[in-house]
Amino acid sequence: MLTISLSQFLIVAAILFTLGVAGIVLNRRNIIIVLMSVELILLSVNINLVAFSAFLGDLTGQVFALFILTVAAAEAAIGLAILVCYYRNRGSIAIEDINMMKG
Amino acid sequence: MSHLSAALAHCLPELILAAGILVLVLFGALRGKESGGPVTEIAAGLLGLAIVIIFLGSKTTAVVFDGAFIDDGFGRFMKVLTLAGSLVTLIMSQDFLAREKIDKFEFPILILLSTLGMLMLISAAGLIALYLGLELMSLSLYVIAAFHRDNLRASEAGLKYFVLGALSSGMLLYGASLLYGFAGTVSFAGIAETINGKVSLGAIFGLVFLMAGLAFKMSAVPFHMWTPDVYEGAPTPVTAFFATAVKMAAVAITVRVVFTAFPGIVSQWRQIVIFISLLSMVLGAFAAIGQTNIKRLMAYSAIGHIGFALVGLAAGGEAGVSGVLAYMAIYLVMTLGTFAGILSMRVNGEGVENISDLSGLAKTDGVMAFFLAMMMFSLAGIPPLAGFFAKWYVFNAAIQAGLYWLAVIGVLSSAVAAYYYLRIVKVMYFDEAAPAFDRPAAAPRAVLAVTGILVLFLFAYPGVFIDATTAAAQSLF
Repeated sequence: MLTISLSQFLIVAAILFTLGVAGIVLNRRNIIIVLMSVELILLSVNINLVAFSAFLGDLTGQVFALFILTVAAAEAAIGLAILVCYYRNRGSIAIEDINMMKG
Repeated sequence: MSHLSAALAHCLPELILAAGILVLVLFGALRGKESGGPVTEIAAGLLGLAIVIIFLGSKTTAVVFDGAFIDDGFGRFMKVLTLAGSLVTLIMSQDFLAREKIDKFEFPILILLSTLGMLMLISAAGLIALYLGLELMSLSLYVIAAFHRDNLRASEAGLKYFVLGALSSGMLLYGASLLYGFAGTVSFAGIAETINGKVSLGAIFGLVFLMAGLAFKMSAVPFHMWTPDVYEGAPTPVTAFFATAVKMAAVAITVRVVFTAFPGIVSQWRQIVIFISLLSMVLGAFAAIGQTNIKRLMAYSAIGHIGFALVGLAAGGEAGVSGVLAYMAIYLVMTLGTFAGILSMRVNGEGVENISDLSGLAKTDGVMAFFLAMMMFSLAGIPPLAGFFAKWYVFNAAIQAGLYWLAVIGVLSSAVAAYYYLRIVKVMYFDEAAPAFDRPAAAPRAVLAVTGILVLFLFAYPGVFIDATTAAAQSLF
């Protein structure tokens, strides 16, 4: 019987979190990829919380995870709305075109 | 039942805002396009009412809603500052929005929503409440940053703020999840009990990620990169809101988190606070020197001032917290005054925002030039204006705590920063006159005059003010 320990969950979550942050920082192409990376970060946090909740035998972590899911949905909706607004004005969603203000 | 009503009595300001928002959304949707004016008036009334309720309400400390919400003197002090910032911003934004043809009824509602988020954030006593308050505040802020939706710069500002804001909430959450795992609880008091003295590596990681997320909201270096672009691109009243109310809430929750959740590991978080405070002061002083856009300059100025306020936090103890509170209160007044001046900068109906547009203002509008110059002297920290006392309190606290070199670097960087504030005064008084500004609206002018008088005469009655900050700081310990 193979059991998965807490540290293995934490490592998966840490890898997902790092991938998400790298996706935002290193990505040079498209804003949609940034939005996907943000979701990845939030989901890695949820894995953390649910794993801790299960191993601590405490429900608070799962309640927290549900709140995060809800807020993430609202955040994605607002992000996409702003993105549509920006596309209408600029005609592009490539990251290198987001350069009106510098310095 | 009485238990519930006692709990609700402690969050009456939040309840009034929440109920008011729902009614206003309905009202605006039914009345349609012409409802901008009445909705703004009702929204301003609600914010004023919330301030009155805080003044009349209980003066005790209470933790309600299963340890998620705390009502104490510190929170009430910061809530009054936040509400005042929102109220004044809302009042002086009307004329600007009408001229830019973006005076929709959603604007006051979004301001109220994000103010509600700030109040919940200031009163948060646990990680879940902190996250929900922070997101309610931030989500509304992303939208109002891009409120001028036909404007490329405003939507770019909104997009940048959204992407970096989402990244920072992600980091804050990752920290929160680690803290929950290693402390086994989400309440600040519980965390303080668990990690008192014995520190696990996981908890330290959690602390660092949490502080990174909060530093982003305060726009402290090294998480400041969004500030200049968003301040420049967003509509000016929104920038004023970012620079005042939002900063109050972000600093308040940072102070609350470090003192209520991590009192046992002061040496760990003090290093982080000293680091970001030092970098913010230095960057705020040097990066602003070459700026030509006054909103961008105010962004770097905000970064620098957050650095000064964090000196008080690094000092710790009652004196330090009281210094932070005094600094934020005075910073609020100075920034509102400066933005009232920036909102009055219009030539032939077009908003202008370059420093060169202020040239020779003393000849065309002596009163505005005088008050704006007082704001600049105060931001630079020149005695006997309020800004000098703000810096004096935090540096005094730092010296009492033995952080001599931090205070020395702070004083040196405020001397560098004085250069660009005084340059604005020089431009206004000694340069060839640029085209005169249009006759400014009544509200920004009144705000500039009132804040100018407060900044000028604080030194006459510092006692009342200091008593208030000391009492508020005491409630935290």
